[in-house]
Amino acid sequence: MEPNEAQESIEATEPNELIETVDIVVKIKRFDPDADSRSYWAEYTLTARPSDRVLDVMHHIKWEVDGSLAFRRSCAHGICGSDAMLINGVNRLACKVLVKDLGSKIVIEPIRGLEVKKDLIVDMDSFFESYKAVLPYMINDEAPPAAERLQSPEERARFDETTKCILCAACTTSCPVFWTNGSYIGPAAIVNAHRFIFDSRDKGTAQRLDVMNAGNGLWRCRTAYNCTEACPRDIPVTRAIEEVRRAMLFRGA
Amino acid sequence: MKRAHRFDVVVIGAGGAGLMAARYAAQNPNVSVAVITKLYPTRSHTGAAQGGVGAALGNVTEDRAEWHAFDTIKGGDYLTDQDVAELFSHEVIEAVYELEHMGLPFSRTPDGRIAQRKFGGHTREFGKSAVERACYAADRTGHMILQTLYQQSIKDDVAFFNEFYVLDLIIEGGECRGAVAFELATGELHTFHAKSTIIATGGNGRMFKVTSNAHALTGDLMSIAYRRGIPIEDPEFYQFHPTGLYKLGVLLTEGARGEGGILRNADGERFMERYAPSIKDLAPRDMVSRAMYLEIREGRGAGPEKDYIYLDLTHIDAAIIEERLPDITEFARIYLGVDPVTEMVPIQPTAHYAMGGIPTTIDTNVISDGRNTIVGGLYAAGEVACASLHGANRLGTNSLGDLIVFGRRAGIRAAAHAAGAEYGPLPSDNQDASRELLERLRAGPRTERVAHLRRELQDSMQDNASVFRTQELLEKQVGILADIKARMLHIGCEDPGQQYNTELMEAVELGFLYDNAEQLVFAALNRTESRGAHSREDHRERDDTDWLKHTLIYKDGDGVRIDYKPVTMGKYEPKPRIY
Repeated sequence: MEPNEAQESIEATEPNELIETVDIVVKIKRFDPDADSRSYWAEYTLTARPSDRVLDVMHHIKWEVDGSLAFRRSCAHGICGSDAMLINGVNRLACKVLVKDLGSKIVIEPIRGLEVKKDLIVDMDSFFESYKAVLPYMINDEAPPAAERLQSPEERARFDETTKCILCAACTTSCPVFWTNGSYIGPAAIVNAHRFIFDSRDKGTAQRLDVMNAGNGLWRCRTAYNCTEACPRDIPVTRAIEEVRRAMLFRGA
Repeated sequence: MKRAHRFDVVVIGAGGAGLMAARYAAQNPNVSVAVITKLYPTRSHTGAAQGGVGAALGNVTEDRAEWHAFDTIKGGDYLTDQDVAELFSHEVIEAVYELEHMGLPFSRTPDGRIAQRKFGGHTREFGKSAVERACYAADRTGHMILQTLYQQSIKDDVAFFNEFYVLDLIIEGGECRGAVAFELATGELHTFHAKSTIIATGGNGRMFKVTSNAHALTGDLMSIAYRRGIPIEDPEFYQFHPTGLYKLGVLLTEGARGEGGILRNADGERFMERYAPSIKDLAPRDMVSRAMYLEIREGRGAGPEKDYIYLDLTHIDAAIIEERLPDITEFARIYLGVDPVTEMVPIQPTAHYAMGGIPTTIDTNVISDGRNTIVGGLYAAGEVACASLHGANRLGTNSLGDLIVFGRRAGIRAAAHAAGAEYGPLPSDNQDASRELLERLRAGPRTERVAHLRRELQDSMQDNASVFRTQELLEKQVGILADIKARMLHIGCEDPGQQYNTELMEAVELGFLYDNAEQLVFAALNRTESRGAHSREDHRERDDTDWLKHTLIYKDGDGVRIDYKPVTMGKYEPKPRIY
């Protein structure tokens, strides 16, 4: 495929529908590993409703203009974490940002710092490896009671925010430290360490803090706050990182 | 050989049922376990479940498994197999405690136990009043189940094949020997040779226009099993959840009504008082969805086109809404620009859940006929399966319960079977059918577009085969399906690439969706009664004389063949379903 800009015009709504529409220009950074040696920008002019999700716009392009456009998506309402993309310069879920929030020009790129496999699809393996490194599962070898382990509402609230993570990678791939050092464990992994470190039922804090204390662990964080701004689940990521950092200081790491 | 794999147990699907099955199979030290999923595990749609998992823990008020079993059977309009409901209502209690032990962060009562709230159709003392039975983690219970089970699979070091689309089951001599899958990253076919295969691929809601279901839910394995001669049980029983966001179908949990939310028509009237005087807004979903349709049909719908209903939470304390229903509050704010704390939320019924599916025994063995003939080495659990726990209408929270109870049973039994079995020989042509399917779709003429046919399928299923049905509408839909089937021969694929060809997979999925629609429509046309979610306006009454039986629908050449299976009865005789 030539790295020329594709100029297409499509109708995103049924023509007889008397609903407000807007003309938008969508620029997408594309790359086809079977055909292209490098990525290029494709531009699409189309009509959309202000209430359309960016994901709806991308589906229109895929379904009506160019079937080869590749991206991940599943639930389409911000729960499954498949469709994190760099949209107008900010990492977001394509299904959770509306046209009216972006204006008439929408620029979509793959999230940064992970290898681009095709169009907006990136290699997620290293992201999940960092997640696995923090031992993201309950560690407690004591025999459980016949019923539930008790936990007060206050103890439960202590880690509530970090249970919301959907592993979309929006935070980690917005982190300037991660961009320059892909081995940095990244904010998503720290968020998930936090989820267990502050769970009163868990006994694995020492092991996790060892992971955090390693060369590519938590100390690499430069508190850029990009992660907090990028999180589509409104997790206070930087605060969670601070809390884990303090846990390390208190144990004398 | 890179593209041939051997595992004692292969699990297809990585949602709640699949991961639960993988976990319990992995506890058996004598077997190897692999999970194949067309997504990444944490993308599975279990993660979208909100309200809770029903189990009679009695943490808030007295509760008993026996009451839960009764509610499930009555909620299922007596099509539920009663032995399954009895077993389920006990095992789900153990399974919930096991999830808590695995670390699931349930919300808590003041004394530190698992928090529970009310949900539709769950009652104390056989229908006296609503009971707090739904164990919840805010309004992201499914998310927490999915995360917790994925975390356990990391601990158990389960092998995953992510973004692998299963295209075929290898069934020889009445026995399943594994599956064939398409690797999205490379476009290559892989053969998974297994002693036990567990199907746990979820539902098929994408056959409807307005659905709470993810794009991935295209009924793949219901279609593949059907193409391989296995019948589908009770596909006419399809649940519409009352509270989907208007036009989008995004789910707003029934827990919102469990916390006191009220449904209102355009006049502001709490209309459920007329339809279910005792439990009102917490009536089972089939009844509430029908009531909403009737209100709209009689001109009491809200909005400029009088086509929606309101969910009213404005009388509930804002702090409770933010604490217990944070996600659905955000959905309403983002997608409709409506703040549930101060405004009523426009809603409509949304296609939500298949009560039917691949027929199984109570032990999750897949069966191939009405005499319960077992397909060796093949198991199914979760929404894709039909045990039948949910009968003609599923109660809220029983989907998550189903996943964990039957996922666990499938894992344990599949592992035990594999530990004592040998690998059956693989036919050398096991990839041929899959390869031919892909080649045909790649080379198709493209005079029809996949997206257009899919939209026609979805729109027509919504119009003709959803909440209310008649012979006339269903026969019309038979004609539309025949037209779509003929035109599917003309689809193709623009993208010639091998790597990440998602367009090719959408074409494959359209074929799966078509089969699911065909199963539903022919079964619905055949069943001349109204029961649970299957509501025939030309046959308004439940007919226990002729229809207290399960449908089994088979693919038969270019058509279908329908057979039946008796309902397993027990303590509870069918009674009129009044709430």
